[in-house]
Amino acid sequence: MSTATTSQSSELLRFVTAGSVDDGKSTLIGRLLFDSKQIFEDQLEALERSSDLTGGGRINLANLTDGLRAEREQGITIDVAYRYFATPHRKFIVADSPGHVQYTRNMVTGASTANLMIVLVDARQGVIEQTRRHAYIASLLRIPHLVLCINKMDLVGYSEEIYNRISADFTRFATRLDIRDIAFIPVSALNGDNIVDPSTHMPWHKGPPLLRHLEEVYIASDLNLTDARFPVQYVLRPNSDEHHDFRGYAGQVAGGVFRVGDDVVALPSGRTTRITGIHTFDGPRQTAYAPMSVALLLADDVDISRGDLLVKPDNLPNIGQDIEADVSWMSARPLQLNGKYALKHATRNTRAIVRLLRHRTNIDTLEPEPAATLGLNDIGRIRLTTLTPLAFDSYRRNRQTGGFILIDEATNETVAAGMIADPAPAIPLAVNDGGYAI
Amino acid sequence: MDTYALSHLEALEAESIHILREVAAEFQRPVLLFSGGKDSICMLRLAEKAFRPARFPFPLLHIDTGHNFPELLAFRDHRAQELGEKLIVRTVEDALALGIARATPGESSRNRLQIPTLLAALEEFKFDAALGGARRDEEKARAKERVFSFRDAFGQWDPKNQRPELWNLFNGRLNPGEHMRIFPLSNWTELDIWQYILRERLEIPSIYFTHRREVVRRDGQWLPVSPLLQPRPKEEVRSLEVRVRTIGDISCTGCIESAAANVADIITEIAAARVTERGGRADDKRSETAMEDRKREGYF
Repeated sequence: MSTATTSQSSELLRFVTAGSVDDGKSTLIGRLLFDSKQIFEDQLEALERSSDLTGGGRINLANLTDGLRAEREQGITIDVAYRYFATPHRKFIVADSPGHVQYTRNMVTGASTANLMIVLVDARQGVIEQTRRHAYIASLLRIPHLVLCINKMDLVGYSEEIYNRISADFTRFATRLDIRDIAFIPVSALNGDNIVDPSTHMPWHKGPPLLRHLEEVYIASDLNLTDARFPVQYVLRPNSDEHHDFRGYAGQVAGGVFRVGDDVVALPSGRTTRITGIHTFDGPRQTAYAPMSVALLLADDVDISRGDLLVKPDNLPNIGQDIEADVSWMSARPLQLNGKYALKHATRNTRAIVRLLRHRTNIDTLEPEPAATLGLNDIGRIRLTTLTPLAFDSYRRNRQTGGFILIDEATNETVAAGMIADPAPAIPLAVNDGGYAI
Repeated sequence: MDTYALSHLEALEAESIHILREVAAEFQRPVLLFSGGKDSICMLRLAEKAFRPARFPFPLLHIDTGHNFPELLAFRDHRAQELGEKLIVRTVEDALALGIARATPGESSRNRLQIPTLLAALEEFKFDAALGGARRDEEKARAKERVFSFRDAFGQWDPKNQRPELWNLFNGRLNPGEHMRIFPLSNWTELDIWQYILRERLEIPSIYFTHRREVVRRDGQWLPVSPLLQPRPKEEVRSLEVRVRTIGDISCTGCIESAAANVADIITEIAAARVTERGGRADDKRSETAMEDRKREGYF
């Protein structure tokens, strides 16, 4: 590791890897860590100790990421494992997710916070159902960047023709998806071709090796800095003599930029007020932008509490109780039509009834198909009605204000991840001091 | 001109503050586990960032093994007092006396005895959320643990049945008797912690810096000689310039030879390190899944 790694000001990139064990996903991550010198001697020692378990005597890079006893014994990845490494350019958080269909929910979990997804393809097999499913999840979760790593190139003689065919296949398929940026990289994770250094076996590949791509892909515009959104999380009220007038509306900016002096509207009540200060422990600020955690000081002593959304009057989200959303079902207990669930959206906890299941998406063909319910790992489009009005954006527009979870009220299990769909033409809303005229 | 971009430390800080405030908003009786170690020192600073000028919405709790570096306890008390926050201490000693914890014959470390002591303290105060400073980069089992990590009525972690955790939406719902362990530093690395200590100019216990200490070589580590750890026959006591990289029970915390006299030196040393932080802890070396096994029982 170079001394530049000790820099305090590098950028953070979160990525998720998708692929099955057979695609060499864990080997790829092990290789990234190994070649960027993030594997330490005691970890190597432990790997050598355990190599008889799954590696047949050979050091198994996958064992670095498969941490649970059951995973090591069965040689599979069950749950998302988070790994960390850094280069002089960036810090990386890797969500290493299992690829099989029965772990779709784990992949959705890993994908929810990612800037980028690496989809692994076995060069001998090309684009298969699983590839399409993973890319679909990237699209559904609105991961802005995707890298198709065509792996095991060593087993196809480093053939440019095979690489071109697979890239073309994927490109054709990807026209049906919503992914901004797709890159193709031919690699051999096992041998380290095009992982950190350009492969001498594939001089025909003109693009950067994987690590350089991860270091350079442009992520500054991934966050929505257009629509100002501030979910009120917690009200700071010191109740001390020194600060008896202090009332700070604490939260993490979910979109856009707020400035001292800005008029803001509190939703869903619709009351307007003005930002008089932005408080942080490190002193007052003039601006706050996503994803900062700050506390806003407001001009009026209005009734604002956890769950409210502060926005700007000239850029309003949708408000309503009827919501159309894609959901990834995460529980073995199937979706109950007309069932009631707890719903958490931004900082608001409410309840919701699932009114309608429009369709289930066949995640291999991407075709909608009629269905009576959604089971574990299914993805489908639902319509629900919430107990209290929600202020929301479509998930496409903002992951923070467009995403929600459903919770089983009896078991407290998180049963679904919801991505709010683009709304039908909205009924115009007018702001006034007394609330919304709908 | 503002560039509207956060550095990695600022992004991690914002995420941790968000988690701390979620805990304050969603739980009835949270508590912050404070040991005086570097990670929990960062936790206190993050709590200041999340809640000042108000007081912390939770007390601090230390599970004291009784086998501590004395510097650590002095630091712990000093820091709690400086912050003006309430510190609760529960000791393994008392837990043993009350029969809550029982020593395993032949095991000198009190690491495992912290489990029943901690669970009893959580029950005593009816805490429903315990904030801890564990990080995912420390250990393989932790790499798979959620930020909001559910514990059943027996305090146990079930790694195969964790709640999915999406975006920054945490599900903190509990039934009576259950509790949540919450790890705001999940995504921080050891290096991030030290960079943060440097940036925030945080005071840390002196044993993190180089000092001369009597140590013995045992199981590939330099272990500090103390009333609890005496040299065995044929073991040679050496006086070396050492520091600790991670702090646990004094009987099982390995020292590393180091000349690092300030935080910047430590950062340089860690950036070049070839052994992980917990590589110096005998308690993790028992087996490949030692941490998973302890966590299942209710360890931090």
